[in-house]
Amino acid sequence: MHSVTPVRTYVLIWLILTIMTGVTFWVSTINLGPWNIVVALGIAAFKMSLVIWFFMHVRTDNPLTKLFVFAGFFWIAILLAMTLGDYFSRTWMPGGKFW
Amino acid sequence: MADTHVVEAEHAHSPHLRHHFDDMHQQFDSATFGMWVFLLTEIMFFGGMFGAYTVYRSMYPDAFAATSNFMNPAYGAMNTAVLIVSSLTMALAVRAAHLGQQKILQIMLILTMIFGLGFLVIKGFEYHEHWVDMKVPLFAGHWAWDGPNAPPQFAHQAQILFCFYFFMTGFHALHMVVGLGIMTTIFVMARKGTFGPEYYTPVEVSGLYWHFVDIVWIFLFPLLYLIGHTRNLI
Repeated sequence: MHSVTPVRTYVLIWLILTIMTGVTFWVSTINLGPWNIVVALGIAAFKMSLVIWFFMHVRTDNPLTKLFVFAGFFWIAILLAMTLGDYFSRTWMPGGKFW
Repeated sequence: MADTHVVEAEHAHSPHLRHHFDDMHQQFDSATFGMWVFLLTEIMFFGGMFGAYTVYRSMYPDAFAATSNFMNPAYGAMNTAVLIVSSLTMALAVRAAHLGQQKILQIMLILTMIFGLGFLVIKGFEYHEHWVDMKVPLFAGHWAWDGPNAPPQFAHQAQILFCFYFFMTGFHALHMVVGLGIMTTIFVMARKGTFGPEYYTPVEVSGLYWHFVDIVWIFLFPLLYLIGHTRNLI
């Protein structure tokens, strides 16, 4: 079983998550060209990591569970990377540029 | 005698320990692990939609940006905030269950449900606006693409993003409804005093589900609402 996390830690994580929501909103109003999506997804991934690590207690889970959690999110990275690798190399498709 | 020894051993352990587990610790770890295996199938479920979204957005980046401007980021931001607070109260509910604080556990579960319900209400207002605004594709008479912010060349691609919007937020909302059902069950169990320091596994694994649904929204918010602000396409 887990050790008990102090309330202060949970509140701090909540505060960071809320601030990062504001930051992602604010950054979306600044034109960074192709970097807008990178920043947006970076912030979302950071928020996700905080939720998984602290709220979902993966921090104190056993190595087997940690490995599965990592594998699950690594899988979606493979899905997106392979898909984009395919579509961006099809010269006859519309678009063909990063947003 | 051997028989007496077995009987004694059975009386010694928690009434919540299922017979196929060695001890409470193993039972807790197995339940957590099993929940994560389920959540991995959920990643695949939502992953398919995120993958399809990625493909279409790479094909029609300008159309998606223009269409995103028809969504209201204020609703999206408000719902993000509401969900994050509900995740906090959920985490505090698990903590209270772990410490055997029955009153706090029940209050936190109620708060989690209120915030979850709040999310759905806000979402409902938002869907209603899209309905009035004629931004619901696939429904005859509820789709229109006109006005100064609607470049006519995007008339068809705009429907693709709104289809993604309704399917992804719709399935997310469905998960919220399921989550509210789970929380109601957990609340009823909590009222009976089921949970305490030695047994709070159901609260923990329900929390995992709730937080996962929160994570899905963390990605939906920037991908659906915030992609059009910086582009002047007209």
